[in-house]
Amino acid sequence: MEKTQFELVSPEQLLHSGEVAMVVVPGAEGDFGVLPRHAPMISTVRPGVISVYEENRSMVSRRIFVGGGFAEVTQERCTVLADSVEAFDEIDRGATERALKDAREDLEDAKNEIEKTEAAKQVNVLEEKLRALETF
Amino acid sequence: MASLKELRSRISSVKSTQKITSAMKMVAAAKLRRAQEQVEASRPYADRMARMLGSLAGSVQGSNGPKLLTGTGKDDVHLLIVATADRGLCGGFNSSIVRDARKHIEQLKSEGKTVKIICVGRKGRDQLRRQHGNDILETVEGVTKPRPTFDKAHAIAQDVLNRFDQGEFDVCTLFYARFKSAISQIVTRQQLVPFDEEHSANLEAAEEEAQAEKQAGFVYDYEPDEEEILKELLPRNLAVQIYKAILENNASENGARMTAMDNATRNAEEMIKDLTLVYNRTRQAEITKELIEIISAKEAM
Repeated sequence: MEKTQFELVSPEQLLHSGEVAMVVVPGAEGDFGVLPRHAPMISTVRPGVISVYEENRSMVSRRIFVGGGFAEVTQERCTVLADSVEAFDEIDRGATERALKDAREDLEDAKNEIEKTEAAKQVNVLEEKLRALETF
Repeated sequence: MASLKELRSRISSVKSTQKITSAMKMVAAAKLRRAQEQVEASRPYADRMARMLGSLAGSVQGSNGPKLLTGTGKDDVHLLIVATADRGLCGGFNSSIVRDARKHIEQLKSEGKTVKIICVGRKGRDQLRRQHGNDILETVEGVTKPRPTFDKAHAIAQDVLNRFDQGEFDVCTLFYARFKSAISQIVTRQQLVPFDEEHSANLEAAEEEAQAEKQAGFVYDYEPDEEEILKELLPRNLAVQIYKAILENNASENGARMTAMDNATRNAEEMIKDLTLVYNRTRQAEITKELIEIISAKEAM
């Protein structure tokens, strides 16, 4: 089966690098699947789950939560630069809920526009994380 | 000539100093290895980001790009980020960064520009405070404790971006020491704002690659569009560059400390040797003297 190169990198490390049959990335304007020989594109990534199909196109072999970032797709490869990364199986619901509560408080306490956007972003990421837990 | 007792205590004090320096050397060596691993681990992200920026910056030419890319059109106020270590005892590491920063500050001031400074690391602030204390806006400490993380770099970048949005500066330059080897660290000046294509690491190669791809009938689709992506990518790049500087600095600091402590240990060794020689000689002389005294006393009887 034809495969494409998929790389997932966070600022701190290279998380995944290898051949995959398909990968589904949560793009800013909707999820998109990348198959071999995909048209070249660059997109922003919203917080959500990346699904990696390593062997074939019908079975997800790995799910990874990313807190936003960028994706670059060319004919031979797909590179995702993620802001923050967490393996889907390792998400701790309790901790996430607590973090979300804190983040919401931060949002209410935000003193200026910049703090507000920063906190809102954080809330959004955590909400998406919880939603991901519901969905999959 | 020093008495035997004094010599003995000198020797034991040099010995304990040597123990400390050799322990510090070993700690620095272990930390260096970890720091190097972190630098290696962060490289893929920075490379890919440079590649993306290369292909994007080429497509958004002209004056309508984001200000982080094109600048404010002035260069009156300069913000310098001086990244040093929090601790000393690492040879000329801190001083050489500060020396370069100071040179830059003086040049800017002689041209009548305003200079603002953000210090990352306590030692840099300590050295700059005397002459340029009024220009220091902020000092960030403890970025490498317990280890450098991207979040810390991100926080610094956020602060810089806020200041930029409020029009507090026009040009931003970062000072740090690039790690080459344990004995060689290169003080580096990097312009962050406006985005300087020439000085950005690997960017030229990345752009060439992008160019080559373009010629091969390679045109990217942008989602949402170039400007939107750039608007997110540029601040991100700033944080990545600062993160890179912190990591390189961390490796450089430990490399410099390792070399400095190695030298100190060797010097202590030499000092102990010399002192022991003097000690033994003195002891011998004393014994001889006493013998002569006994013998001559005996003869006089």
